[in-house]
Amino acid sequence: MPTKTVNNQPIWMQRTPRQQSAIWLGWFLGVMLFLLCFKVISDNTIWEFLTDAHVQAASLIGRMVPPDWSITGSLMLPLWDTLNIATVGTILGTIIAFPLAFLAARNTTPHPALRAFALGVIVSSRSINALIWAILLVTMIGPGLLAGMIAIALRSIGFVGKLLYEAIEEIQPTPVEAITSTGAGNLQVIAWSVVPQIMPAFAGNTVYRWDINIRESTTLGLVGAGGIGLQMNAAINNLAWGQVATVFVLIFGTVILSEWVSAKVRHAVI
Amino acid sequence: MSTLASQIDPVRIAAAKKGSWRPLPLISSRKLRWALNLAALTYIVLVYFSVDINWARVAQGFDRGLNFVGSFFTPDFVTRGGEIAVGLRESLTMTFVATVIGIVLAIPVGLGAARNIAPRPVYFFCRTLIALSRTFQEIIIAILFVAMFGFGPLAGVFTLAFATIGFMAKLLAEDIEDAQNEPMEAIRATGASWLQWINYAVQPQVMPRLIGLSLYRLDINFRESAVIGIVGAGGIGATLNTSISRYDYDTSAAVLLIIIAIVLMSEYLSGYVRKWTA
Repeated sequence: MPTKTVNNQPIWMQRTPRQQSAIWLGWFLGVMLFLLCFKVISDNTIWEFLTDAHVQAASLIGRMVPPDWSITGSLMLPLWDTLNIATVGTILGTIIAFPLAFLAARNTTPHPALRAFALGVIVSSRSINALIWAILLVTMIGPGLLAGMIAIALRSIGFVGKLLYEAIEEIQPTPVEAITSTGAGNLQVIAWSVVPQIMPAFAGNTVYRWDINIRESTTLGLVGAGGIGLQMNAAINNLAWGQVATVFVLIFGTVILSEWVSAKVRHAVI
Repeated sequence: MSTLASQIDPVRIAAAKKGSWRPLPLISSRKLRWALNLAALTYIVLVYFSVDINWARVAQGFDRGLNFVGSFFTPDFVTRGGEIAVGLRESLTMTFVATVIGIVLAIPVGLGAARNIAPRPVYFFCRTLIALSRTFQEIIIAILFVAMFGFGPLAGVFTLAFATIGFMAKLLAEDIEDAQNEPMEAIRATGASWLQWINYAVQPQVMPRLIGLSLYRLDINFRESAVIGIVGAGGIGATLNTSISRYDYDTSAAVLLIIIAIVLMSEYLSGYVRKWTA
């Protein structure tokens, strides 16, 4: 126990002097790094813009309130498109992620090389935002819903795949042994002992990803990949902030609703 | 119905005696099962007719897609090396500054959003803030902040910090709500002030998770910083967007590979730090 002596009396200390100075050094370096980074940003910032930021903010909010409700009707079809992008994208992504997770899990992978490949695909998919996939796909296959769906699918592969392969690695070994001892083949073992164990986690994660995808698909239109984002982009480009506010309210409502549905379903399956 | 009785279905037993066995259906009610199947089928038909795909354009894009995949094997880090370096430096600094600011601000919001320690009005205020920050994608917030603060990384810092507040505060609040009550009572019984109470009863219980989540958020913020550049909020996103719209896939592949490498690195690092703090 670290102590220090004051007037020949030992006094309790939480840390030794060395630990204490290491912690102070850590904080010091952290703060220095923060200041250094802030300096880089400050050098690239035109601070004059900030002097009237509160005026800009006030006028922006002033133009957004009240929202322009007259366009609500024309937003329903784009909203339906947005839901479709999220749902179909989730389904496509899940279809690809499901076998990939079995290749990536340590206990079910047929070969270490395949495992490395599957992990690589999962990390790449997770690192790159759906919006970037969408930009790429729009330049490749043209603007529209399909680009959005594939973008959402590509982003979902990593998320669903990662959580699923972690779930596969954490299964109980006893059912696997039991099914193996009946003389079942590899695929039968997976189908009857692994899949039933991971099904609740799989369903829960997929619904969770669907909920995130709804949020992400609202912005895909900004780069031309369909959905309500197209209308938002048009309204922003026209500086029609009243219409932008309507889109925001609709997005907010949809996201809250999907979050509620997702929470209900996850509660039911897990 | 007891579990045993529900398992013994005479029809299933008779079938099993003839040697045919099928696993129990996932949804036990037959009506619900058919209704769900029907709903799914209707949905697929509806989607099929509402999505209008230009297959000729897709076929055309297939070549470009192959080109893009091919460019991952010939990434070009050099030709636009200057732009990539500037964008990357901006992204990394933005990420770090925004994460620090976001977490510092998320701590009071998180405390306010924990039902067991915050008074009702504060609780509702903080929860509303969290819901707002979580609903809107970073890119939407970035558009608003660019309109307010002008182009540049400062708008990006504000965007990422705002998004960090919602994420961290929500998880911190849930963690505080799950914290054990006994240490809290014990510290309060010593006559500690509110700050001392938070510092010695709540903080030690939530700290390991807070550190892990902070590192995770650092990782997310870096990924997001690659996106918000598209609308002018600084970072590597602008470089990436320009290279894609010029069909300069070799440079895009280089940027994407750098992003993937940094995310991978931070994932290893955060696993290491979490083991070390836990």
